[in-house]
Amino acid sequence: MTDIHAYEGAPEAEFGDYVALLKPRVMSLVVFTAMVGLLVAPVDVHPFIAFCAVLFIALGGGASGALNMWYDADIDAVMLRTRNRPIPSGRVTRDEALAIGIGLSGLAVMMLGLVANWFAAGFLAFTIFFYAVVYTIWLKRWTPQNIVIGGAAGAFPPMIGWACATGGISIESLLMFALIFFWTPPHFWALALFMKEDYHKAGVPMLTVTHGRATTRRHIFAYTLVLAPFAIWLGLTSIGGPLYLTVSVVLNALFIRGGWQILRRDEDAAIADGYAVEKRVFRLSLMYLFLHFLALLAQDWVGTW
Amino acid sequence: MPMQTEHELHRRRRSRNVGLGLVLAGFVVLVFGLTVVKVKQGDMMEAYDHQPRVSELPREDALPAAEEAGE
Repeated sequence: MTDIHAYEGAPEAEFGDYVALLKPRVMSLVVFTAMVGLLVAPVDVHPFIAFCAVLFIALGGGASGALNMWYDADIDAVMLRTRNRPIPSGRVTRDEALAIGIGLSGLAVMMLGLVANWFAAGFLAFTIFFYAVVYTIWLKRWTPQNIVIGGAAGAFPPMIGWACATGGISIESLLMFALIFFWTPPHFWALALFMKEDYHKAGVPMLTVTHGRATTRRHIFAYTLVLAPFAIWLGLTSIGGPLYLTVSVVLNALFIRGGWQILRRDEDAAIADGYAVEKRVFRLSLMYLFLHFLALLAQDWVGTW
Repeated sequence: MPMQTEHELHRRRRSRNVGLGLVLAGFVVLVFGLTVVKVKQGDMMEAYDHQPRVSELPREDALPAAEEAGE
């Protein structure tokens, strides 16, 4: 039997492709940290309001992910890891991604304003602008410090959660920001050491390419040192307590040790054991952030200082 | 053989339609739930609407004593 194809256009998107456009894995981090920021704040929020607030913060994060995919479609098409994203694979057009990104950004900001308060909504709008314009459009292709500055976008969600409850900013929310902000570079560069992606081909300046792997190793160690005081300082504020402080001291000691081990290795040793240390530190960094925020939540539950 | 065969394209379209339908239905539930919670909490929900509103009238316990005496 002969098949007759009347339609040979680009493959149409299914619903999951639009979900993929919102970067669900990044959203899960946003959901978790924003939720913790909201719950540990000294003002009680109705559970349904809290649920909706976190949902719309996550939607705002997803919308900025769509804008990122819209702008970075050319890079994504070149790199192996991102080649199957909805736009490079042809299932979603760039115009669609732009429309979804802008539309959902507006919806998320408006709804967060109605759900919580307009300060939190403005903060969300700024975060979307920061990730989509400052990071994606201005800095990502221009400086190897892109990871550092882009990390700020990922560090805002707990501050937005806090702002939803309190309507403002305080030392506690700033320190939660610092915790994610200084955690991002060592986390990401540890990954960059063993993933060896074709950033160069894609034209993205990555520290491992522009300044070499030895420099990257030094940067990782330096950031684990800078990170530790902020993480521990958070334990001394009104949302801290003995439980959080214990968890934080242990995790920071482990993270600094990991950074030190990465620093002490050269590339030959790393290749010899298949980047075992770098991979272990990367996994540790994931646990580091997750357990810090989990400890904040647990500390809030058992009672702070 | 049936005249209308199910093309892969139709499955994708249905996936989009069902997905969007569920999202919209969820949004309706969300806004309704928010309304209930906000009204129960007594939050300020009124927008400017060119009409005298109860919330703008003087509170009853602040009414002048003369009015109360007149009753």
